Amino acid sequence: MENYLIAMCVSAGIYALMALGVNVVWGFAGMVNLGLVGFFAVGAYASALLTIKAHWAIAGGMAAATIVAALVGAVVALITVRLRGDYLAIVTLGFAETIRIVASNAIWLTNGTDGLSGIPGPGRGTLSPEMFNLVYLAIVGVIVAIAYVMNERLRASPFGRVLRAIRDDEQVAAVAGKHVTLFKVKAFAISSAALGLAGALYAHYTSYIAPDIFVPLLTLYIKLALLAGGLGNDRGAIVGAFAVVFLLESTRFVIPYVPGITPVQGAAIREFLIAAFLLVMLRYKPTGLVPEQPTRLPVPPAPRYQPTA
Amino acid sequence: MPSLAEVGQLVVNGVMAGTILAVPAIGLTAIYAVLRFPNFALASHATIGAFAGYVANAKLGLPLLPSVAMAFVVAGGVGVVSDETVLKRFRPAGYVTTAIASIALTIALENVLRFIFGNELRGYDLPIQRDFRIGAIRVGPQQLDNLAIAGVAMAALFGFLAFTRTGKAMRAVADNPMLAAIKGIDADTIARVVNFVGMGLAGLGGMLIGLDTTIDPLTGFRSILSVFAAAVVGGLGSIPGALVGALTVGVGEELCLLFLSPDYRSAVGFVAILLVLTLRPRGILGQRAF
Repeated sequence: MENYLIAMCVSAGIYALMALGVNVVWGFAGMVNLGLVGFFAVGAYASALLTIKAHWAIAGGMAAATIVAALVGAVVALITVRLRGDYLAIVTLGFAETIRIVASNAIWLTNGTDGLSGIPGPGRGTLSPEMFNLVYLAIVGVIVAIAYVMNERLRASPFGRVLRAIRDDEQVAAVAGKHVTLFKVKAFAISSAALGLAGALYAHYTSYIAPDIFVPLLTLYIKLALLAGGLGNDRGAIVGAFAVVFLLESTRFVIPYVPGITPVQGAAIREFLIAAFLLVMLRYKPTGLVPEQPTRLPVPPAPRYQPTA
Repeated sequence: MPSLAEVGQLVVNGVMAGTILAVPAIGLTAIYAVLRFPNFALASHATIGAFAGYVANAKLGLPLLPSVAMAFVVAGGVGVVSDETVLKRFRPAGYVTTAIASIALTIALENVLRFIFGNELRGYDLPIQRDFRIGAIRVGPQQLDNLAIAGVAMAALFGFLAFTRTGKAMRAVADNPMLAAIKGIDADTIARVVNFVGMGLAGLGGMLIGLDTTIDPLTGFRSILSVFAAAVVGGLGSIPGALVGALTVGVGEELCLLFLSPDYRSAVGFVAILLVLTLRPRGILGQRAF
């Protein structure tokens, strides 16, 4: 039971890292990424392949996964940021599907739909399974904490302010002399880096990845986590990730008790509920349950009009 | 080196596949032209059409043409209802929010189908026919039927847009919503019409895609990349563009078989999207509704 709870916390931590990453583009910069699962997959495969085939250290694999995902994110953003945001939606969704197609078919590299197994984990095999889970939870916890602090610093920095200005009105930001394209590309790269690292963390934790793990539903989970916690709100992103994992796991326990349904039907109900939940949140709380607090700047008192004699 | 006949066969296959792909791509681009958001729910509506046709054909024993009509009407009807009850409410919040909502909607609808039909692959109940041969090139009779159905559907749509009052009103709204409103065109009615026609075409396309192989709840989602590629390559929002784009993507996907394994076929669509967005973002025919 404790192991189950710890495993739940690890996946919530990985979701939290993804939610923090997505917050940078969706929450701060107002850009959409409908294929975030693709960047997650890029990170997972990069780190898994480097550690299995090239015998890199796990930390090295994770660092490489972060960098590779950031570069891929920058390229995807470069192609689309000058266009209307709906093209970014199409390209990111297409990107995630393409990654899945490549992962399913480049058998020489990814082992196709059978997936990659035997991905090393820190201390797996030498530690007891309980210890391994705890150590991993600590690693994930530290990384999420660092990501949280970095996101908060980013928000308060001039860079974060420009991103929010771009979100609220791109033209105004451009008129103020900000290089909108460059800011968007950078934001997208930072966000993809977090997604890639989350993918690597996932791969080394479960020791097995396969293309059908990286489905669009996972993208919805993260969107839901952000909406539940409050869009643009970093503490909310973490709380939201835990809420989503709790929701997912509790439906896993409840649905088998619904009488007269097959397991496939149970899975269908579960996915339907997640999608319906997201629709309700998006409709009634588009800024999330805990909306972003507007930054208050001290307003200097208006100079009093002095009639000159 | 591939022989000329081999290349010819691939081009013929590509044109056939492209004509079928054009049907849902036109649906997508028509909805985009009027409502101004990329509607990813097209995927589930294509699947709904495929299943509606399946029920008509394999369960009720109807022949091909009534089954195809059923696919169009059911998918179109669901399209109107789902837009009225779900997506319409998101439109004031902007196209990004609406696009995300349409993804959630497509997953919800897909799971309704999965709940009813399960995950098994299902096939239509159609007679197996021998392929024709014209010189060195083989053509299946089913492919020709599909081609004819797709052609008639598109001709009907072009006629509708060019000659009927509603069709003209639709183009007016796509061209300039404010001016259309001043002329007294009711935007809500036009939204319903374009959803019925667009999602109907998606359903018809889903069935045509399924006729060649089998269908399951993911049929629509698997082809969405090619459909979006067709619409973007031709110019999102341009109906003739969607046809040109679909033929380009269809032939491109087939010709890539010369040096790629068939499994990468739908990745070709993504490469096409990236190329067009880099070189000519407005697409081959540019963004015009008609």
